[in-house]
Amino acid sequence: MDATALLDSTGALLPHMTVLVTGLVILTLDLFLTPRSRYLNEVVGLIGLLVALLFTLSTTGAPRQVFMAMAVVDSLGAFFNATFLLIAALTILLSASYVRREGVSAGEYYALILFATTGFMFVAAAADLIMVFLAIETLSIATYILAGLLREDPRSQEAAFKYFMLGALSSAFFLYGIATIYGALGNTNLVSLAQALGQGDFSKLLLMGMALLIVGLGFKVAVVPFHMWAPDVYEGAPTAVTAFMTAGPKAAAFAAFLRVFFQGFATPEMVQHWAPIFAYLAALTMILGNFVAMAQQSLKRMLAYSSIAHAGYAFVALVAHNTLGASSILYYLVAYTLMSLGAFTMLMVVARREGPFYAFDDYAGLGTTHPLLAAMMALFMFALAGFPPTAGFAGKFYVFSAAVQAGYYGLALIGVLTSVVSVVYYTRVVMLMYMREPNGAPPIPRLAPTTMAVLGITVVGILYMGIFPGGVMRLAEHSVAFLFQAKM
Amino acid sequence: MIPIPHYLTVSAILFTTGAIGVLMRRNALIMLMSLELMLNAVNLSFVAYARLHQDMGGHVFVFLSITVAAAEAAVGLAILLTIFRARGTVDVDNLHLLQR
Amino acid sequence: METFLFWIFAIVGVGCGIMVVFHRNPMSSAIYLVVTMLCLAGFYALLAGPFVAVIQVLVYAGAVMVLILFVIMMLNLREETLQREGSMITWILAGLIGLVLVVAVLPPFPRTPAGAPPPVFGTIEEVGNKLFTVYMLPFELTSVLLLIAIIGAVILAKRRML
Repeated sequence: MDATALLDSTGALLPHMTVLVTGLVILTLDLFLTPRSRYLNEVVGLIGLLVALLFTLSTTGAPRQVFMAMAVVDSLGAFFNATFLLIAALTILLSASYVRREGVSAGEYYALILFATTGFMFVAAAADLIMVFLAIETLSIATYILAGLLREDPRSQEAAFKYFMLGALSSAFFLYGIATIYGALGNTNLVSLAQALGQGDFSKLLLMGMALLIVGLGFKVAVVPFHMWAPDVYEGAPTAVTAFMTAGPKAAAFAAFLRVFFQGFATPEMVQHWAPIFAYLAALTMILGNFVAMAQQSLKRMLAYSSIAHAGYAFVALVAHNTLGASSILYYLVAYTLMSLGAFTMLMVVARREGPFYAFDDYAGLGTTHPLLAAMMALFMFALAGFPPTAGFAGKFYVFSAAVQAGYYGLALIGVLTSVVSVVYYTRVVMLMYMREPNGAPPIPRLAPTTMAVLGITVVGILYMGIFPGGVMRLAEHSVAFLFQAKM
Repeated sequence: MIPIPHYLTVSAILFTTGAIGVLMRRNALIMLMSLELMLNAVNLSFVAYARLHQDMGGHVFVFLSITVAAAEAAVGLAILLTIFRARGTVDVDNLHLLQR
Repeated sequence: METFLFWIFAIVGVGCGIMVVFHRNPMSSAIYLVVTMLCLAGFYALLAGPFVAVIQVLVYAGAVMVLILFVIMMLNLREETLQREGSMITWILAGLIGLVLVVAVLPPFPRTPAGAPPPVFGTIEEVGNKLFTVYMLPFELTSVLLLIAIIGAVILAKRRML
């Protein structure tokens, strides 16, 4: 690769490099900070993310491959990058008070968050299966560490171990899938995979590789039956980390699905093979996630199962190999990010009793004692349940429409029915807040400005996306349009 | 020369053995080593396929895969240490605070 | 000669691999794993991959396994605390399922014979060439991954919080 190509490639991946460098800067800066100036960590982090966002927004031009066909720069990657940057920024804001409260070493924490975000962004920019694998490993290892950061807390230790064990197991399956595809094709580039399939080059070996890839990625998204790790890990990890985990790695895994299946295994014959599998997985996930969530005694664990169910909803759109399918996934991921981060921030704020369970009791009578917080929590619950005019409703509408358009009526029906079921456990919280007497719990301390910022942004975002869904949806459609233009 | 499927069969056997180890053993250290066995099996597949297609990509993947496996082992052992320091055992059945 | 070597490596490798999973003492499992890795290095040499064969011995058997062995010795698990895990029946069942899975994946394997590779195939020059041209981006990303692992190992395993 000569000098001009190298410069061009590096320029194309500036957003990714910026986030990486920001992480490195925070890591070094933290050595020189005093407890009073620790806020500089967050400031540097946010500035870095803003710069990366500016670079992302200046990404123009036709999709092209860079770095010797290892990475790709296109509008789909840009949309995902913006989403990941949003997740990272919100996580930094909501972690600010959490990090101080729990005494976690801040520099490493933020550096790991940013390195994980770099991993997310490289997944979205991957043009080759080996890049998908390495990017997923990067973000996974960073997240294993984050899950176990509260070293003295036995639940955190357990969460980190279970996450590591099952995450590494899924990586092994994923890698075996890549090896099999390499064996069938002779290389691992996604575009050449699509081309080879288009020319009718088809072997059982490719199918075997595809199945292994689905198993590997399925673990990461926590669809049934690969979901076993998620409730325990989400419950045991530090709450700020759980918030990050429900949004970031999940979105990155969906990016991997879109790249591998909508760009790689993209011929109609192949779609016949994987779309029904996705339909079954989505159905199982929606059913199990919602029904088990009803029985939970801890709000954190309930949100964990709800996260599984929502991954199921987004998965529904994967059966539709068209613009609506892909763009509805993008829309849903942004909507879910806002809802989930908002709900988990609320969890951190309201949990006043020390102890392993984020008890429902903490919410009793919140409507009277802290009306603004209660209203926001009610919004998050209604959004997750899918009531209009929230982003949750619009997201589900688009996703189920995509399934109907692709002919999967049964799947859409299951989606709607399970959403109705979910109303039961979401409104349980709302009823507790407004229809029970406050039970004399200690008052909630004043919120830090960063926490208020997170709540404000998520609330506004959910309402905006719910009332004016067209804006984000059009952006999403524009981002995926190139995938479905005339065959190359 | 030895037909490529022979190597691939050995790879499949080792992979399955490792998977059984991860899923069925209760000692965290042995689970970790079974995981390493799985990754080794995949590396064998890569080298075999590289030989088949006469493409160096497989060898590069193996190089990177060994690096990733080393990094994972380091982090896994660190997590294991935090558990051992608290409980004095690496028995996985001990990890039941988070009920299923 | 090649056939003889293949079968030696195969039988020893698979045998030791199975022993890794079935032994009670982690120390013995670790030694069996080292032997398995050495057999795999032999396979790589047979498959015209001298570089990866040496790397396997140096890095995998020589560094990763040594790390694992250090940790095993540090934990110093006593023999009595190691229980027998799972009944005989579950193990036999697992073994049978494994066997079925292996047989199921055999048919798709490509049967065409491989041609003779060019003499530079698998040498360190070729790997270096590819690594720093075509595969530069994965290489750089791997370095980030290593940094993350170092951070993780230090903050999770160090003695006291700074």
